[in-house]
Amino acid sequence: MNVIRPQASPGRPLAATQGLIDVDIHPRARSPHDFDPWLSAAMRDRLATYGMRARHGFVKGPPYFKSQPLASRIDAWTPEGGTPASDPAFVSTQHLDFHGVDIGILNPLQPSGQGDQNNPFSVAMAHAVNEWQLATWVANDDRLRASVVVPYEDPEASAKEIRLRGGDKRFCQVLLMSRTSHPLGNPKYWPIYEAAQEVGLPIGIHAFGYSGWAMTNGGWPSFYIEEVSEHATSCQSLLVSMVLEGLFERFPKLRIVLIECGFGWLPSVAWRLDKQFPSLRHELPHLKRLPSEQIREHVWVSTQPVEEPPRPEQLLDCMGWIGWDRILYASDYPHWDFDDPRFAIPSFIPEAKRAAIYGGNAKKVYDF
Amino acid sequence: MARHVVGPATEIGPGERRMVELDGKKIVLFNLGGEFFALADRCPHQGASLSQGTSMAVIDSNCPGEYGYARAGEIVRCPWHAWEFDIRTGKSRFDPRRMKVRAFPACVEKGEALQLQAETFPVSIEEDYVVVEI
Repeated sequence: MNVIRPQASPGRPLAATQGLIDVDIHPRARSPHDFDPWLSAAMRDRLATYGMRARHGFVKGPPYFKSQPLASRIDAWTPEGGTPASDPAFVSTQHLDFHGVDIGILNPLQPSGQGDQNNPFSVAMAHAVNEWQLATWVANDDRLRASVVVPYEDPEASAKEIRLRGGDKRFCQVLLMSRTSHPLGNPKYWPIYEAAQEVGLPIGIHAFGYSGWAMTNGGWPSFYIEEVSEHATSCQSLLVSMVLEGLFERFPKLRIVLIECGFGWLPSVAWRLDKQFPSLRHELPHLKRLPSEQIREHVWVSTQPVEEPPRPEQLLDCMGWIGWDRILYASDYPHWDFDDPRFAIPSFIPEAKRAAIYGGNAKKVYDF
Repeated sequence: MARHVVGPATEIGPGERRMVELDGKKIVLFNLGGEFFALADRCPHQGASLSQGTSMAVIDSNCPGEYGYARAGEIVRCPWHAWEFDIRTGKSRFDPRRMKVRAFPACVEKGEALQLQAETFPVSIEEDYVVVEI
């Protein structure tokens, strides 16, 4: 009788021949005290007394229910009952080992202090979260890479943190949220982009964050599903702002990676901009190239969520417009809307293109 | 379709579930108030294990603003993307006609009717080694 040895990584897709790189993993602190070693006594006191104060009305938690507890896969809670993605060893086993992930990018979300109402606290927290990523995560598993978390509402302090991390290969991108107090192309934020270009790091923009503004341009919605589908419109706003303010003219080496933002909306906004551009460009003398050219040159997108039109050719058209070299696999582990790499990239996509999405494209944009 | 005796009915209490592997297939058994139902333990979406999902009720609505609560514990919710399936039929709540998880017939039968017998295997001695064939 033949005995079949268990596969080392049963969850790895066969098409991942150029490596499997997951650009969206969310590590979580066990408690806010995990950041204590890197916070001053004054900031520890502030955290204990006032907590995090996001720029929205519900300071005790998210404004919408998140589908599953802590917005996470039910099976991502550790066997000891610990919160999802709070135990590095369990993340390595359940996710990196099982799926055979070669490189995983950490995107710490709340509580990270990003977008906090108090800028000095946001600055201190971002620095502490970066140290925590290195000490708790990257040191534990060399498949993981950290993101430079920045206090983006204080762009000068953000630039300082970026320059501090420049050249450290354990960091692979600068992390921003998509909902900010001003549209992200606003010159207010340019010190962030200047520093990122200088040290050669791409800018990863992850959906969510709290801007202080209502989530839709029609006000506050009623349901969580409105919040998650609204990313299509807020990401259009930030991208339109970047293009029209001339961000890519000013920083020609900038690479923008839109993470968990979807991408079905992207071709249509570029078509709309290109249509208006010949008539309205007299207001924009700083723009030398068509908006669509700038978008195609500077923007990458992640899978998860992948739009699922009933006719496959519609998705192929959309991905083809964005560029088969611009699409990166993301799992969103441990969140409830996690994408298993074996099933998330539909098999009607030709195999060579799937291989690029699984790993080849990320290797290029992140210089892995 | 082969019949498999899974175990004493009293081992899976009302409201409980158990994952079993039969002929290489992972199956999750549910006890709904003494009635047993079996579903493939694999969500048809991305393959998560339904046995790790939460059981819930039907929350129904005839129109916005009116909600009803019924059939507590008879719906299983996938641990990943929260797709909901009717434990009694395997049909999904959001598209019952086209999206379903495979349901298998399950029932409780009297022990004496099953003529249960311990499984035996041939055993032989070759030189000094004991070999068991399974």
